[in-house]
Amino acid sequence: MIAIDMAWPLQLVIAAFLLVGAVVALIGSWGLAKLPDFYTRLHGPTKASTLGVGCTLIGSLLYFSLQQDGISVQEALVTIFLFATAPVSAHMMGKAALRRRLPGVTGTRNMPDR
Amino acid sequence: MTPSMRKWQFWLPHPLFSLFLALLWLLMINDFSMAHALLGLVLGVAIPLVTHAFWPEEARIRRPLPLLRYLLVLLVDILRSNLVVALRILRPARHLKPGFFTYPLALEDDFAITILASTISLTPGTVSIHYDAEANTLLVHALHLEDEAGAIAGIRERYEQPLEEIFR
Repeated sequence: MIAIDMAWPLQLVIAAFLLVGAVVALIGSWGLAKLPDFYTRLHGPTKASTLGVGCTLIGSLLYFSLQQDGISVQEALVTIFLFATAPVSAHMMGKAALRRRLPGVTGTRNMPDR
Repeated sequence: MTPSMRKWQFWLPHPLFSLFLALLWLLMINDFSMAHALLGLVLGVAIPLVTHAFWPEEARIRRPLPLLRYLLVLLVDILRSNLVVALRILRPARHLKPGFFTYPLALEDDFAITILASTISLTPGTVSIHYDAEANTLLVHALHLEDEAGAIAGIRERYEQPLEEIFR
């Protein structure tokens, strides 16, 4: 077993970030599985996953910055790329769904008829 | 414009972007040495040079300070939107009232519109689906749409007006 030489409040903070990240990512995946149609399912991954991965990465950043000397910045880069790419993929998927005329769930307001 | 000036612009079409790429390279390597700094600079010059033809017309950031404030607002809104969406997912689906609405854009710059569309996708319950270049509108899907006019006014006030200020 690897010994972690770190004060316990720090360990607690890191563990909290990891747990919150995991829970948020779980809720996002749950939304992907249970929301009623394609367009609503788009919302799960674009948002819940950004915060979920974001929290996990903050935990990782803290851990590795404190374990090794010097701060580790790669996690910040991952976050930036994630925030920049998630909306684009959601946009492209939504566009493809519109083009293929995927039906929305009944009760969807202003469903475009294209 | 003098010829020497034009030559300089040919080799460095996007100086800030070049600097950004060089820094990005160093951060990704996570290790500073002369060799990597040089490699980063070479990449910073080469990538904009090769991709220059694909770039849309250059947008200029006029005011950096509102940009900073915009990023802060965005960060807070991303946190809020995650909570809102998480709650909506956990509640039974019959409470959902999803819907589309058309957002009339006031912005005209391509880059600013891209930022606005990304912002809409990252913030509470909305995803931008389609950009209509002719009518200059964005088609937005909302997870829960109750007040269409209110949603449009909210986006206009919170995101589009600051963006107009930044890119004006």
